[in-house]
Amino acid sequence: MKSSIVEPLPMDDDIIIEHLYKSFGKVKALIDANLRVKRGEVCFIFGPSGGGKSTLLRCINHLEAPDSGRIIVDGIPVTHAKTNIDLVRAEVGMVFQLFNLFPHLTVLGNVTLAQEKVRKRSRGEAERVARELLERVGIPEKANAYPGQLSGGQKQRVAIARALAMNPKIMLFDEPTSALDAEMIKEVLDVMMDLAQEGMTMVVVSHEMGFAKAAADRMVFLDAGQIVEEETPEELFKNPKEERTKQFLSQILY
Amino acid sequence: MPWWGLIVLLAFLLVVYLIYTSATYQDAYRFLVAGVKVTILVTLISFSIAIVLGLIAGLGRVSKNVIFYTGASVYVEVVRGIPLLVQIIYFAYVVAPLLVQIVNSLGAFMLQYTAIQPLMGLAHTLTNLHIQDVDVTARAIAGLAFGYGAYEAEVFRAGIQSIERGQMEAARSLGMSYFQAMRYIILPQAIRRVLPPLGNDFIAMLKDSSLISVLAVRELTHLGKLNRARTFRTFETWNTVTFLYLIMTISLSLVVKFIERRMAFEE
Repeated sequence: MKSSIVEPLPMDDDIIIEHLYKSFGKVKALIDANLRVKRGEVCFIFGPSGGGKSTLLRCINHLEAPDSGRIIVDGIPVTHAKTNIDLVRAEVGMVFQLFNLFPHLTVLGNVTLAQEKVRKRSRGEAERVARELLERVGIPEKANAYPGQLSGGQKQRVAIARALAMNPKIMLFDEPTSALDAEMIKEVLDVMMDLAQEGMTMVVVSHEMGFAKAAADRMVFLDAGQIVEEETPEELFKNPKEERTKQFLSQILY
Repeated sequence: MPWWGLIVLLAFLLVVYLIYTSATYQDAYRFLVAGVKVTILVTLISFSIAIVLGLIAGLGRVSKNVIFYTGASVYVEVVRGIPLLVQIIYFAYVVAPLLVQIVNSLGAFMLQYTAIQPLMGLAHTLTNLHIQDVDVTARAIAGLAFGYGAYEAEVFRAGIQSIERGQMEAARSLGMSYFQAMRYIILPQAIRRVLPPLGNDFIAMLKDSSLISVLAVRELTHLGKLNRARTFRTFETWNTVTFLYLIMTISLSLVVKFIERRMAFEE
């Protein structure tokens, strides 16, 4: 599956993004974005809305096709025309702001479907994996419920289990707590924290600065389509270098 | 029950009473009831084909494949611009003979170039196929199905487009192909949503199937014409025809209402 088109890569880079450009009509969503995410790293992307955070994340698994630039995920060039993107996506889990659970399937169905159809696991095997994961995200008793019967926090935990069921090497989180009521944010962040501690490579777009402080290896500030600053959380919170970063932090930190 | 329901029910009871008591009504009813069977059968077959055509064309209408999209769009736009009656006539007297001619020349071609014995027999059959061998009911069904397929295509397109974009994205993000995402995620939800409009179109087709009486298919309307010619009882004949159509359409529309209510409850 590894393509020979790409020169040998340093083994510890899971995601490489080089000179990425993307516009929607006249709006430039990304301008020359460069980013590397190491294996096992938790990369936290933040910034004002409309700054290109989600676009950058969605380019990684090609839900958004960039105008130019190169993205390599787990050694596979996502931006290469001949790459079978479905194979890459199976290795990259994604969690959405609005959960996007499949409403016509039960929780169990949500978590088993792609295992059976993409990973070609048997029904029994898929269900075993699903029940294990539901246990892990703390809602084993909801296996036979439909998404419509769950709270927001429960929905998002099912969505995480659904992504994890594919045994992804990388997890992408697109504002996973932004649509949640305050009292449900923690239950989702707890699951994400567990994942981070287990060494999952994660790219998280979020406004949860507390999570960044506790779990992120690196914080990336994205504004107006450009990566303004990249720093460890300690450094970034203590002494941000760029003016725009300072300004943004002063606006959101109380 | 609403007032209109009561009035319709009373009218029904009156016709039922007449059929039981009046000899002319009874005679008309006995003659016409065979047409009900043909009408229902023709509608069922035509609608099944129309749904398949519509699903394929509807998928084409949302497809990014230029050829698939263009083909589906031409079909939908052309068919929707032609009166259904003209389409039925066109299918029966233009398309069907053309197909027969093609089959004939295929047979002739095989006769010329084949020496294999069993194929020769087939070639002779193909060459000797005549347009009169093609059942007129089949031609009528083809016309109806082709015409309605275009409308069902738009129903399916609307249903597919009504499913939130996030559903496709979530499915694709799990590594499913476009086809798998359609098959397991989008279509099951879309089809549920379009059941009521599909039901309404089924009722509409049941009524439009009366158009194939121009091809002398022995469905309800054609039998109505025959019965009037046979008995000269215009009044009784068309009262009974109308009554039989209404029985079918109103009971079907009750079924559609039931489905609608159940879906509203589920969502």
